[in-house]
Amino acid sequence: MQMPPLDPDILRRRGEIVAALKAIVPGEGVIDETDGMRPYECDALSAYRQMPLVVVLPETVAQVSAILRYCQDHKVKVVPRGAGTSLSGGSMPVGDAILLGMAKFNRILEVDTANRCARVQPGVTNLGVTDAVQHEGFYYAPDPSSQIACSIGGNVAENSGGVHCLKYGLTTNNLLGIEMVLMNGEVMRLGGKHLDAGGYDLLGLMTGSEGLLGVVTEVTVRLLRKPSTARAVLLGFPTEAGAADCVAAVIASGIIPGGMEMMDKDAVQCAENFVGAGYPLDAEGLLIVELDGPPVEVDYLVARVEEIARGRGATTCRVSRDEQERVLFWAGRKAAFPAVGQITPDYMCLDGSVPRGRLVEVLGEMRQMSKTYGLRVVNVFHAGDGNLHPLILFDANDPDELHRAEQFGADILRLCVRVGGVLTGEHGVGIEKRDLMNVQFTDTDLDQQMRVKCAFDPDHLLNPGKVFPKLRRCAELGRVVVHDNKIPFPDIPRF
Amino acid sequence: MAGTIKPRDAKELRQAVEWALSDGATLDVRGSGSKTDLGKPMRCDQVLDLSGLSGIVDYAPEELVVTLRAGTPMREVEALLAQRNQMLAFEPPDLGPLRGRSAGEGTLLGTIMGNFAGPRRLSAGAARDHLLGFSGINGRGEAFKSGGRVMKNVTGYDLSKLLAGSWGTLAVLDEVSVKVLPAPDQTRTLLLHGLEDEAAVTAMCAAMGSPHEVSGAAHVGERTALRVEGVAPSVEARIEGLRTLFQGTKMDELGTLESRAFWREVRDVVPLGADPDDAIWRISCAPTDGAAVVARIKAGQPSAKAFYDWSGGLIWLALPMRADHALVRAGLAGHATLIRAPEIVRAAVPVFQPLSPALAALSARVKESFDPKGLFNPGRIG
Repeated sequence: MQMPPLDPDILRRRGEIVAALKAIVPGEGVIDETDGMRPYECDALSAYRQMPLVVVLPETVAQVSAILRYCQDHKVKVVPRGAGTSLSGGSMPVGDAILLGMAKFNRILEVDTANRCARVQPGVTNLGVTDAVQHEGFYYAPDPSSQIACSIGGNVAENSGGVHCLKYGLTTNNLLGIEMVLMNGEVMRLGGKHLDAGGYDLLGLMTGSEGLLGVVTEVTVRLLRKPSTARAVLLGFPTEAGAADCVAAVIASGIIPGGMEMMDKDAVQCAENFVGAGYPLDAEGLLIVELDGPPVEVDYLVARVEEIARGRGATTCRVSRDEQERVLFWAGRKAAFPAVGQITPDYMCLDGSVPRGRLVEVLGEMRQMSKTYGLRVVNVFHAGDGNLHPLILFDANDPDELHRAEQFGADILRLCVRVGGVLTGEHGVGIEKRDLMNVQFTDTDLDQQMRVKCAFDPDHLLNPGKVFPKLRRCAELGRVVVHDNKIPFPDIPRF
Repeated sequence: MAGTIKPRDAKELRQAVEWALSDGATLDVRGSGSKTDLGKPMRCDQVLDLSGLSGIVDYAPEELVVTLRAGTPMREVEALLAQRNQMLAFEPPDLGPLRGRSAGEGTLLGTIMGNFAGPRRLSAGAARDHLLGFSGINGRGEAFKSGGRVMKNVTGYDLSKLLAGSWGTLAVLDEVSVKVLPAPDQTRTLLLHGLEDEAAVTAMCAAMGSPHEVSGAAHVGERTALRVEGVAPSVEARIEGLRTLFQGTKMDELGTLESRAFWREVRDVVPLGADPDDAIWRISCAPTDGAAVVARIKAGQPSAKAFYDWSGGLIWLALPMRADHALVRAGLAGHATLIRAPEIVRAAVPVFQPLSPALAALSARVKESFDPKGLFNPGRIG
């Protein structure tokens, strides 16, 4: 993974930059000792590391604004960081950039259940929002599996998903407003407690922009009332195709489950050994279908899902009898990654999305590739919305295995795009998928995205080296080429 | 009088933009032309009519997605989805009749470009939440795409959000992919009677905060309507739950067919009962502010008429044409859009909520990043 070469001029000016930051953030908010910076050298994509130039942990919006304005004026790059749980290297530090940690923005500012929203600082954890409102019967719906640790600001940057996206949407569908600071230090508010702010939907653009456009300093999230019941159905199938057919049939019947997850045989075995969730070990494909709502609705839908599953050849069909059992059914799925970690020195977690109808074909091709590369692959995925999480097992101590794993991963993502899907469903591009962007997009597509970046950050200072495979200067991107010879009026119908 | 260019395919669409770029001609971009009286009045050199780009490209009901050409009429899309018992969950309104036109004229793209949504906005989102991807031509005459046809996608910037609600000012689209959802089996509506505005908003917010999954909450006259949708046993149980919640209030109910008719009228702003000459405003605010916003406007203009959707967060307001329209935005925490008014009023009163200088400057830079020469719908939202 190539990161941009470090700018020697910035490295030479480090002392001056540290002093300037200390003047903005007093006390212990600036960390410039190597030992103190060590915890920040990577995010959750820990295969890639780099020490930042310096770490700064502001506490106020005014400080964030002053830092960014200083960096803009002095052409210093900035990498924003929430909790550092990105799986795509979205907050991986860069050696000639300051790391702007937002962890001290950790307060819940307002809970307004009448308007079903909460105003929080970006460093609050995803689960922290739900914790603050659940005594009143509310929750925040997007639930990435890192929800204990990941921050809301990071969720906005990555447009995080979770297992309940199909019914409740991603982060972008659950936000009402943000406050953000641009690279030039300008502070602006988008949205609020009302819906659909006027003007261009910059809130929607910011969501999922991977920290490349602005730094979020406040978030207004939409709260939902907790469903009165939830039950999970465990469905085992003798073939993966049977399980995939069942997923399509459930949706075609008009049911949108709260969650619909699929695991292949290897994943089932790993998870079962790890937590003992009572999964059927003979199943080639296992589904966990969660239905939520009023008790009568859940009973009714559970019966319909069971009927559909039996019609598709399910050999196991178990419905959670109580909350404890429902949690147990999920425990295996939620522990699937660490469970796989037990049987391999290292694994690589991918995140492509495919049309549901192509699932079986994609799984089959993946098996073939597995043979070619001589590496095992285990599959866990959000079947309801076609978001795959193949885990490639390898040993990072063997450089050849690491290399093969990277190639294998890239091939899987190319396959996802080829069947009409995308490179990343919820983890983001970051540095991990940066060099594959041309598989999905043409240069023109990417140029248009970079021009949007230029509208926010004309010097490409914010979160450098992420998302775009090759960077073009804004001045160059901004040129409009109009041919000297006028183009004749096209030969198309006119009136 | 500007001439009209009507491309028949993506190639011709691109040629039309290339020509405009080279000729420096501005384009009035429209689908069926049903919303030309919405937004700031424009003077363009040419009309770019997208209605020749029509038809369904691909519909995959089990994938919950439909891909269509930009100019496909909304009624065709709705009829197609209805065959498979699916729908556009954001309940796109038909505001044609409200503005003195016939019903069913618009295109899905027009609805997306205005980011419109009906009563189900509360639970299902707006057009922005359903546009999964698109392809089109930017103001440099370049063909580009963004997004895709899958539900979960965070690959690159989410330009779909930016295009939805852009009123055709950023790019001309050729194809869009839109998320669809199953239509509910049953719909019932609980009507509470006799609540004043403030009490009605409180009741609607209580219903929205209840576990009964209310998918519409409107207050019209003395009736406060709460909609419940889904499978029969669930609808039954949730209606009962709401009845218990509002015990002591006078109430009755609408069944599925009556409910559909009622909410279609709310969606299309029929209950406002505006006079033909009235100007019509759409105001979005925090739901609990709704009644106070209306009271403030009525204090300044007693003949104003209003009703509430979105649990109080959406106000449809009719004001006499000659009223002081500044009343609408005075002290408003939210935004207001002038949906119907003669050209002379729309030229004088900001049609869209004015932005702060910093936000306006950023928006202008975003516009320039797509359309540096200002070819598309110049000044329509400015």
